[in-house]
Amino acid sequence: MEFWYKLLEILPFEWAKAGQMIFMKNALLSIILLTPIFALLGTMVVNNRMSFFSDALGHGAFTGVAIGGLLGFVQPISSAVVFSIVFAFLIALIKHKSKMASDTVIGVFSSTAIALGIFLATLGGKSFAKLNTYLIGDILSITPKEILLLAVVLFLVAVFWFLVFNKLLIVSVNPSLAGSRGIHTFWYEVIFSCAVAVIVTVSMSWIGLLVINSFLVLPAASARNIAQNQRQYHILALVFSVFSGVAGLILSYYIETATGSTIVIILAIIFFATYFLRKKFA
Amino acid sequence: MKNVYISENSCQKRSCGLCCTKIKKFGVTLGNTVILKDINLHIHCGELTAIIGPNGAGKSTLIKALLGDIPHTGSLEYVQAQKGSFQVPVMGYVPQNLNLDSTSPTSVLDLFLSCRSNFPAWLIRRKKEVEKVKERLAVVKAQHLIDRRLGALSGGELQRVLLALALDPVPDLLLLDEPVSGIDQNGMELFYETVSALRKDYDLTIILVSHDLDMVQRYADRVVLLNHTVLEVGPPDVVLQSQSFYDTFSLTWHKQEK
Repeated sequence: MEFWYKLLEILPFEWAKAGQMIFMKNALLSIILLTPIFALLGTMVVNNRMSFFSDALGHGAFTGVAIGGLLGFVQPISSAVVFSIVFAFLIALIKHKSKMASDTVIGVFSSTAIALGIFLATLGGKSFAKLNTYLIGDILSITPKEILLLAVVLFLVAVFWFLVFNKLLIVSVNPSLAGSRGIHTFWYEVIFSCAVAVIVTVSMSWIGLLVINSFLVLPAASARNIAQNQRQYHILALVFSVFSGVAGLILSYYIETATGSTIVIILAIIFFATYFLRKKFA
Repeated sequence: MKNVYISENSCQKRSCGLCCTKIKKFGVTLGNTVILKDINLHIHCGELTAIIGPNGAGKSTLIKALLGDIPHTGSLEYVQAQKGSFQVPVMGYVPQNLNLDSTSPTSVLDLFLSCRSNFPAWLIRRKKEVEKVKERLAVVKAQHLIDRRLGALSGGELQRVLLALALDPVPDLLLLDEPVSGIDQNGMELFYETVSALRKDYDLTIILVSHDLDMVQRYADRVVLLNHTVLEVGPPDVVLQSQSFYDTFSLTWHKQEK
């Protein structure tokens, strides 16, 4: 961490000076770690038309937090991770087994999860206020220990991504085609859902449940507007994501707003800019 | 996961008719509807077998059952004379439903690379692999399409690209589910010519679901008339003149003409 703090001193910002605003420096590092993960997973979320699905995963994570709180954990994140993995698996399974449209299945699960979460959190007349941090998120509260956790998760996601990306791409192009090449479509979907579930759950308290899905969907959706192949798609999504993250954090410091939503607004501006420019690249 | 790669040479060396695919007592039931029952077929390699039949006859279902995509009863046996034993054939498949997401930023090269190796297609593009992909595409006269987006291809172009993909690695059994529409006459002609040449070059077993009886007549070695079960099997001339063929397609006017 010391190295990181030293590195930042070359920046011309007031908060970057030595010994000042440690929380800001922590937040900046965590944003730089978080945004690439979201960009990478987001490309596949959009490829597989799962943007509604990833939103539901966030709701499942919230229920997990509520259950963890009920069981008396101080840090309910670990129980939330377990619950959201179970939740992701269940959605994938029912989506696979039933003939119902997938948006209906997701809608059912999503609303059940959020209702159950609120029910459990307020059980016995407790106040909901302590859970607000999960809804809005506070990146400035991140500690060096949590940053280490993030780095580990980033590494795991990168390894995971390296191993399964190609298979997931074929599944997204045509499931039957994937099947004919010996790819077990269902299991790849499950693995991918679980990866998204973990990342959404882990980062929920810093980014905020209400806007977390935009972190996944918007960079990829913007990149998709102008990309012609997977390489451009990924590189653009990464650039958009990291740029918006860093710019949003610094902007939110000066204009005093919630960081998560500031980042999302910048992402949205990029989306509309690329949307109007898309014909030039087609 | 299938990792059985067969080099092209060994395929060409295999002599014709010495391997065969036996479909035994195939049946598919979805819910309470019997879609296929009692399908028995014996297919030699180097043969182009066309499956014809009315809409809803279960043609695509048969292909999907062969792929193992949907549950079925009965068995698929693949016997190769050289190796002598039963084994799981390497399958190539060209899907019927070509309506891919037209906005997807996936190029032809991306698709091939992701099928060929485990290195993420967007991160690593080895020159050697790209050259190989060009060679594969040249087989179906589609090398110029390598950098195009899948969504930007015409129906015929996409079908050829998917055919090239199905031949990489060279399969034992090639399953083609022809789209009902969206392919122009030239594209269709080129497709059939390519498939017909492949059968001879690679000594493949080809099963093709077709909607174009004219093409079937010209290119198929054997025709299977399917309507929930096998009604007729034989050379095109025989099947297309048979009583069941007329009954199935209600071409009574044709008979009266005679």
